[in-house]
Amino acid sequence: MPRIALFISQRLVKAVFVILAIAVFNFFLVHAAPGDPAAVMAGEAGAADAKFVEQLRQQFGLDRPLYEQLGTYMSKVVQADLGYSYRQQRPVFDLLMDRLPVTLSLTLTAFVLALLGGIALGTLAAMRAGTWSDTAITVVGLTAYATPIFWIGLMLILLFSVNLGWLPAFGTESIGAGYTGWDAFLDRARHLVLPVTTLGLFYMAVYTRLTRASILEVRDMDFVKTARAKGLPEWRIVSVHILRNAILPVITVAGFQAGHLIGGSILIETVFALPGIGRLAFEAVLQRDYQVLLGIFLLTSVVVVVFNLLTDLIYSLVDPRIEVAP
Amino acid sequence: MSNRLRHFRQTLTAAALAAALAAPLALTVPGVAAAQERGGTMNIIVQPEPPILVLGLNQQGPTQTVAGKIYQGLLTFGFDLKPQPELAESWEVSPDGKVYTFKLVKNAKWHDGKPFTAHDVVFSTSKLLMETHPRARATFSKCEKIEALDDYTVQFTLKEPFGPFLQAFEVSSAPMMPKHIYEGTDFKANPANATPIGTGPFKFKEWNKGSYIHLVRNDEYWKAGKPYLDDIYFRVIPDAASRAVAVEQGTVQQTQFNDIETFDVPRLKGLPNVEMTTKGYEFFAPLSWIEINTRNKPLDDKRFRQAMMHAIDRKFIRDKIWFGLGRPATGPVNSVTRFFEPNVKKYDFDPKKAEALLEEAGYKKGADGTRAKVRLLVMPYGETWTRLGEYVKQAMKRVGVDVTLETTDAAGWVNRVSNWDYDLSFNFVYQYGDPALGVTRTYVSDNIRKGVMFSNTMGYSNPEVDKLFAQAAQTNKDEERQQLYSAAQKILVEDVPVAWLLEMEFPTFVDKRFKNAVTTAIGVNESYDSVYMVKK
Repeated sequence: MPRIALFISQRLVKAVFVILAIAVFNFFLVHAAPGDPAAVMAGEAGAADAKFVEQLRQQFGLDRPLYEQLGTYMSKVVQADLGYSYRQQRPVFDLLMDRLPVTLSLTLTAFVLALLGGIALGTLAAMRAGTWSDTAITVVGLTAYATPIFWIGLMLILLFSVNLGWLPAFGTESIGAGYTGWDAFLDRARHLVLPVTTLGLFYMAVYTRLTRASILEVRDMDFVKTARAKGLPEWRIVSVHILRNAILPVITVAGFQAGHLIGGSILIETVFALPGIGRLAFEAVLQRDYQVLLGIFLLTSVVVVVFNLLTDLIYSLVDPRIEVAP
Repeated sequence: MSNRLRHFRQTLTAAALAAALAAPLALTVPGVAAAQERGGTMNIIVQPEPPILVLGLNQQGPTQTVAGKIYQGLLTFGFDLKPQPELAESWEVSPDGKVYTFKLVKNAKWHDGKPFTAHDVVFSTSKLLMETHPRARATFSKCEKIEALDDYTVQFTLKEPFGPFLQAFEVSSAPMMPKHIYEGTDFKANPANATPIGTGPFKFKEWNKGSYIHLVRNDEYWKAGKPYLDDIYFRVIPDAASRAVAVEQGTVQQTQFNDIETFDVPRLKGLPNVEMTTKGYEFFAPLSWIEINTRNKPLDDKRFRQAMMHAIDRKFIRDKIWFGLGRPATGPVNSVTRFFEPNVKKYDFDPKKAEALLEEAGYKKGADGTRAKVRLLVMPYGETWTRLGEYVKQAMKRVGVDVTLETTDAAGWVNRVSNWDYDLSFNFVYQYGDPALGVTRTYVSDNIRKGVMFSNTMGYSNPEVDKLFAQAAQTNKDEERQQLYSAAQKILVEDVPVAWLLEMEFPTFVDKRFKNAVTTAIGVNESYDSVYMVKK
């Protein structure tokens, strides 16, 4: 046990330096784009004079030299202050917290459903490799993976919302309906069905293919033959012997994707008009809202680092041959 | 064509006037009065989402549409661009055109209950807007003094006459801001900016960022019995295809400006539940053009620019790229704006003439058939402009000019155009009802300012034009102004400082149950105090 504690604490110390280095890198990255927030706002106003742009630059602190801006930013970051969006007149932390629930309910639900569905379908396809059900799963998976995600979204809207009228097309709730309690929950859930399905289909295709390929590799190995020779029931062979050995690549990819859940999905959030972090990030790029963009980058990098650590720990649980070493 | 259009417009204006006159009478007729009953919720698209809603601090298009319901100006403008009372019930102009006196309505109140008075007007025009609003700054800096004669009378004394001074009192040009909230504060950092306080018929209720803005009826509104609607939701739907679906499904009851991509317009026009109008944009009267950097070769040659005018088929652009919206432009002034001059040099679509002009200017065809090479920075304002870029490339290729398309995003576009780092680009600019407000700024040489967008970024300079525009602004006699502006338009059309494309029209889709949405030249930015819903 102390071995694990040592491992985690060492990784966390390293993580702090990694995140600070990322923050500095991000700072230069966002400032490398042409134009600045003042230019964007002047463009949007449709009229400008020299004073207008100058005032904005002063207000945003853009009239200071870049190294000074970096110093201000980093000194705030180490105090866990994500800064202030002058465009939206709100602290970045508040903006992120507003958007996080929508993004997480979308991405987490899609992720969990896709993971479970993908592993199940992948296993099924691999165990029946070469049959019609394998072919069907593979074709559906490939199609879902290869089709542009926004197009699937639009087609689902067209079918289920416009033609059939079963599900709402966009938003997170029926605005102005005034639902409370259980009704409000159901209403929100109904609004999530199409976006979650769209995003989930894409993730699921990845997991299905990974699981299938990995199981095909494992299922003819000697230890599986031994298990079969011992007369173990098939479900036990599949779930304990094969799947446990085949799952590592899936965990790797899942851990990698989990780190990005918080970043949301720009396309899904745009097509379905969900006020999530993906859209916030996309708009911040176009508007050169540096503070918001840096805030999202920082938050994402923290989550990625944490999930990488978790993935490593899960490896050692699933496969005892892998040991954590500081 | 243009005559027929004008006739059509006059008929509509007459109809609108008749409706306005009939409205008070209608109240005495029970059957008709019942139509304008209270109640109803309107869902309107707002796109892109405004950064803040305080109109004095931000005048972005969507901000105007939402905040136009919260804040008000002293005047509004009919389709004919004649002033109509809003917070000012009457006004007088001295014969020398230098003193403007406004009598204010006496019962208007801010949403927090404080009375609206002349002191708010003085504060807004002489302090707050001077600090925060580029257009208002340009207008009100022409004032020698601005004073409150009593609580409900304001007087503006100008240093010299300024023709379009009344136009400056439209709501987005000079929104009235509450003195008791902003005086002595840092306007942009005032915490009250999160909850805008105006005098308008709708009050700010809630803003769920990224999703919707909720406005509710102002029960204390100063026009008795108004507004009719209970609330308005402005809904943020970022994807153009989803916006079209929202109209088809009836989730939203109104769209405006470029919410609907032009290629979706013909389809939505056929829907049974909505009506489309292109009226209500007369005050803005946008004009689009190919922006030409006249500093760069070969664009510094007038004949090259004239050749561009002949090489590009504006009718094709209107019909095939804008799907019938707009009118081919003939010069720098939109024909619905005051002082438009129709008798100018005409540039018909004629590639042969274009080639002849290019030959004459010395741009002979090279071995590969190319006469010259230019870059075109496509304006990043949606799919339609991208298609326009592709068309211009093809059209110029036909006359032997090789156009390289360049793409960027909004920040990059503003940065490059305002710093003169381009050959050709697109642009469209609002005219605000008078050439002195929306046209002059593009062509006069004292507005060549590096780093400032929507200035004379082309670097065009003609002392004669400068003089005409300056004289025309400094008088308020319409006949005199018409002569000066006509002369200026003739010179500009000969010089082609930009290649004008379309007098743009925007489609406004309104659910058929909602009436009175578009009643003035500022259309969807109006207060909506007379909009009502017909219930069945």
